[in-house]
Amino acid sequence: MLVPQLINGLTQGSLYALIAIGFVIIFGTMNLVTFAHGEVYMVGAFVGAFALTLWQLPWFVALLLGMAAAWSLGFLIEKVAFRPLRTAGHMPPLLITIGLSIMLKDLAVILFGAENRPVPSVYDQTIRVVGVQISVLQLVILGLAGLLIVVLQFLIQGTKIGRAMRATAQDHEAAYAMGVNVNRIFSLAFALASALGGAAGVMIGIYYNAVFPIMGATAGLKGFAACILGGLTSIPGAILGGLIIGVVENLTVQFLASGYRDVVAFLVMVLVLVLRPQGLLGRKLRTV
Amino acid sequence: MPLYDFVPRRENVWRWLPVLAALLVFPLLVTSEYLLRIAVLAGIYILLTSSLNVTNGYTGLFSFGHAAFYGIGAYTAAILATRFSLSFWLTLPLAGIVAGAFGAAIALPTLRLTGIFLALVTIGFQEITYLVTLNWIGLTRGPMGIPGIPPPAIWGRPLTGNRGYYYLVLALDVLLLFILSRIVTSRVGRAFVAIREDELAAQASGIATFRYKVLSFVIATVFAGVAGACFAHHARFVSADSFRLDETFAILTMLIVGGMGSLLGPVIGAVSLVVLPEASRFLAEYRGVVYGLILIAVILFRPEGIAGVPGIIQSWGALSRAQQPAAEEPAA
Repeated sequence: MLVPQLINGLTQGSLYALIAIGFVIIFGTMNLVTFAHGEVYMVGAFVGAFALTLWQLPWFVALLLGMAAAWSLGFLIEKVAFRPLRTAGHMPPLLITIGLSIMLKDLAVILFGAENRPVPSVYDQTIRVVGVQISVLQLVILGLAGLLIVVLQFLIQGTKIGRAMRATAQDHEAAYAMGVNVNRIFSLAFALASALGGAAGVMIGIYYNAVFPIMGATAGLKGFAACILGGLTSIPGAILGGLIIGVVENLTVQFLASGYRDVVAFLVMVLVLVLRPQGLLGRKLRTV
Repeated sequence: MPLYDFVPRRENVWRWLPVLAALLVFPLLVTSEYLLRIAVLAGIYILLTSSLNVTNGYTGLFSFGHAAFYGIGAYTAAILATRFSLSFWLTLPLAGIVAGAFGAAIALPTLRLTGIFLALVTIGFQEITYLVTLNWIGLTRGPMGIPGIPPPAIWGRPLTGNRGYYYLVLALDVLLLFILSRIVTSRVGRAFVAIREDELAAQASGIATFRYKVLSFVIATVFAGVAGACFAHHARFVSADSFRLDETFAILTMLIVGGMGSLLGPVIGAVSLVVLPEASRFLAEYRGVVYGLILIAVILFRPEGIAGVPGIIQSWGALSRAQQPAAEEPAA
């Protein structure tokens, strides 16, 4: 029983990791926290679900559409909510994203209804690997999450725009002085983070065969917990944090009670913040 | 005198007597139970926003967990009233004490954190409280909630109608605002504001900042608990869903729209945002959208809210003025 639970945990954890990486990118480049990330993920999930059910598109097209929708929403949020407040400190943009999150969640309930919307399953066969039954879908999700992370890593480490992003993250005034279009980098970072969230949303929709308007609230907070566990500023940390939370959650279901599954992420979040605010792999922040 | 400076004193308190008289007469003129119920709700939200204002507004500590303490108060009152048949007059202070004890338990280990980290810990606590309430069936009956909470009784007569409850909540509001006005004009209140304005400078001036931060947190949570008891005995039913993160955000929206760091701000915010969605069916259906839009508009165009002290949210998160973004200097 242990190995399947571990694989369930890793699958979910890889999706938390994608959400957590989004928080890291946004916090890393702009030094800001967003509360609307869960709703961006929800919008991605809904677009993916519509692509699969209404338009009968293949799943990877649904994934791309979900990511594109999330990308555009992220781009828009950065333009409307974050750009006018660049010099206003941390709290005003944070509060704006709270307003956006309340609004988007309510709009989704009004437009799509509060109940679960079914999503058809993809790859519902299982295979045997060294004596353990694994569903193909889980392997696909793990593979896709890994692929997205590799592509992201290449984008950040290996391209000119990635170098501009890293420079902006270190010191955006200096980067600006060196000719980096900081505004564009901020837009790009936010859109990129949102697209990753959207991808996680589409995959979660397929994985659980359902999407619903308030799915973003818990997922966003859990992604945040993963990001804090990893250390707020480190992408490898966010991946590790996501995987740990996913696995520990599933072990809680196995060994404790399933109702306390969701407590894990928040307990980890509170404990890490109190005992080791820099997380597993993050750098120490003087003050945020 | 700007609105946010208003603090009742002996020499200006007569100005508010007509307002108080109007509030006392209001339920005698209005017969609709619906309107009275909204007035009672507004009164409960005044307790919540005013108490949240102590931490977020006066002391500059951003708590995102107010609904958790509100819920702890409500559940304390509900459990004590239904299982131990304690009267409202005992559950009310006990709810405050239990919520305050939780507040202290959260504050002591976490208030050494600054800025965003503190905000995040309170969110984590908020979610944990919700999930434990939902799952600890033996204590809270979980998703079924606790029904059958008796209404408060005055000299043996149960206060069932909204009219009686209106006077009760009004009395609590006036009491809370009186206590707060005494606190904020005292040495303690000045210490709170000093910590908000510049924590390093406050420390350098000999203010025991940590102790005052804990005190501010405890004051806020005690009154959140009292508000919870009020809610429980009014609704006569509590369930975990009333005390989720959404509720914290609603209280926070009211506080920010009304304005932080002043006595009147939270009152204005609570009343206007409770009444507004009831103004039309359309607004009531789109409550979340309305709240979200208002919050965004206020932050973009008037960050100090209707009657708040300017500059609180902009300078938030910095330890000292040296780290704060340059804010526009107010005109002399």
